[in-house]
Amino acid sequence: MAARARRGIVRGMTEHPSSPAGGPGAGQPHPVEARGLTKRYGRLTAVDALDLTVRSGEVYGFLGPNGAGKTSTLRMLLGLVRPTAGTVRLFGRPPSAPGQLARVGALIEGPTFYPYLSGRENLRVLARYAGNPPGRIRTVLEMVGLADRAGDRYVGYSLGMKQRLGVAAALLKDPRLLILDEPTNGLDPAGMVDMRALIRRLAAGGCTVLLSSHLLGEVQQICDRVGVISGGRLVAESGVAELRGATGLRIVADPLAAAAERSRALLGPERVREVDGGLDLAVEPDRAAWLNAELVGAGVAVRELRPLERDLEQVFFELTEAGMTHVA
Amino acid sequence: MWPSFAAESVKMVRRPGTWLLLAVAVVLSVVFTYLAPYAAYLDGSGGVLSDRTLDQMLPERLVGNSISGLPVFLGAICLILAVLTVGGEYAWGTWKTLLTSGPSRLAVYLGKLLVLAAATLVLVLVLFAVGAVSSALIAVTESQPLHWPTLGDLGVGIGAGWLIGMVWAGFGVLLAVLLRGVALPIGLGLVWLLAVQNLLAAVAAPILDWVAEMQKGLPGPNAGSLAAALGATADTPGIGAVVGAGQASVTLAGYLLGFILLAGVLLGRRDIL
Repeated sequence: MAARARRGIVRGMTEHPSSPAGGPGAGQPHPVEARGLTKRYGRLTAVDALDLTVRSGEVYGFLGPNGAGKTSTLRMLLGLVRPTAGTVRLFGRPPSAPGQLARVGALIEGPTFYPYLSGRENLRVLARYAGNPPGRIRTVLEMVGLADRAGDRYVGYSLGMKQRLGVAAALLKDPRLLILDEPTNGLDPAGMVDMRALIRRLAAGGCTVLLSSHLLGEVQQICDRVGVISGGRLVAESGVAELRGATGLRIVADPLAAAAERSRALLGPERVREVDGGLDLAVEPDRAAWLNAELVGAGVAVRELRPLERDLEQVFFELTEAGMTHVA
Repeated sequence: MWPSFAAESVKMVRRPGTWLLLAVAVVLSVVFTYLAPYAAYLDGSGGVLSDRTLDQMLPERLVGNSISGLPVFLGAICLILAVLTVGGEYAWGTWKTLLTSGPSRLAVYLGKLLVLAAATLVLVLVLFAVGAVSSALIAVTESQPLHWPTLGDLGVGIGAGWLIGMVWAGFGVLLAVLLRGVALPIGLGLVWLLAVQNLLAAVAAPILDWVAEMQKGLPGPNAGSLAAALGATADTPGIGAVVGAGQASVTLAGYLLGFILLAGVLLGRRDIL
């Protein structure tokens, strides 16, 4: 807590404590729980005292610019990289515990397979390592839409097909936790839609997903919560809607001049701005009904009234460039 | 460990390089142990191998002939196979794929060692098989009697060949883990096997007593000594009775253990990047 206080992190009502309480996983440890996670390579601190909690059944977006420490964090979560300090728990146990990764699927920093084997043979090899029944291979190949080309050698696959195979490998164990690093990388638009739908389906089926992505729109579409990492530190963590924040109201009305005049009278002239044939009002979004009634009462026809939200991209750049810290 | 062994076996069998290396080993063994000496014997021409007499190519000498290449050039094949098996995971970036699929590093490592042990045994058995066929053909062609080694001698020879091959495989495993790749481990391993060992034996040892003494503790001369003790002819590169068979066996077993333990510790402690 002292470290968080020094960094000025604000924790709000959406933050769950690390102790197993509340939520769908009541009484169960969180799928992912990292505390004070730190990785140093010589003088470079790649990850700096990172706290991360992914709750059961959620899709958690992990955002950050290149070199922010995302992949180092994911590798530490999976036991590939040893933390310099801090702890990692997957379902309450360290990732290095025997059998701990038996129900954890992962695709880290792009797919890598044996080029001389076919897609199906690669999965067969991985199934043997994990002691999984080979019967699931066909299932996961169909899930990612690669069943028709599964007999082809991996070396001949396109980037998108390699990516699909990587996701298939992650699904091989019927995972309770799925850690995906840029899962839609290399996919065509239709493939990206399919992949996002698959992730949502898996989450709906109870699988927890930790998704690292550069595609902010993607994160905005499929994630329940988002953590933003910059300079190895978690600079924001919150629900997507909360992170974007409602900053005001947008009104489109007729006549606009009358709407602007009435709004200035109600809110003060400094809180009303004419933008693109409408008005941006610096007012709490929960006052929308009151404002609507006032405008209608003044003879203004309100054609559109909606909360003004920042785009996640805008939030991302604000957080990562300013280095501000906000954990809601 | 057994699931890892099963997975590694599939990879080993399906990798084209495995079969290419086996083919190269067979060709080298047949050409330099039987074909070239027999050709020299037939036309009586000069050269390095001309002093080999016919009886050195007959079935009675099968054990020595079959393992005579392992201290140097067939050892290089074992080293390359091991580097491909372990270093290939670094080169293809597949360590993360297989380790995140569930098994522990120790289980994967033991699986790789087991499959290398099996592959080395298969290589040695194939060398004995092609040696048996080659020597039998020569004996029949030259109307010589077919006197085979005893089963006990064959067993000892196969065991010794496997031990020598595994020492070089273990050396390859250590280099692959240490240097995290394929090209440099193979390059450095071959430099040691084919160049440094020969330079030490042929150039440094005759003029420096401490180098000659040091030879008794190096893996190459011990491998050559063990092969020599089992009948390998001294005109084969790397063959020479520097120490006795017992000492050579113990020394080689020590090297094998040291190589795989050191590589195992390194693999277990290092980050997979």
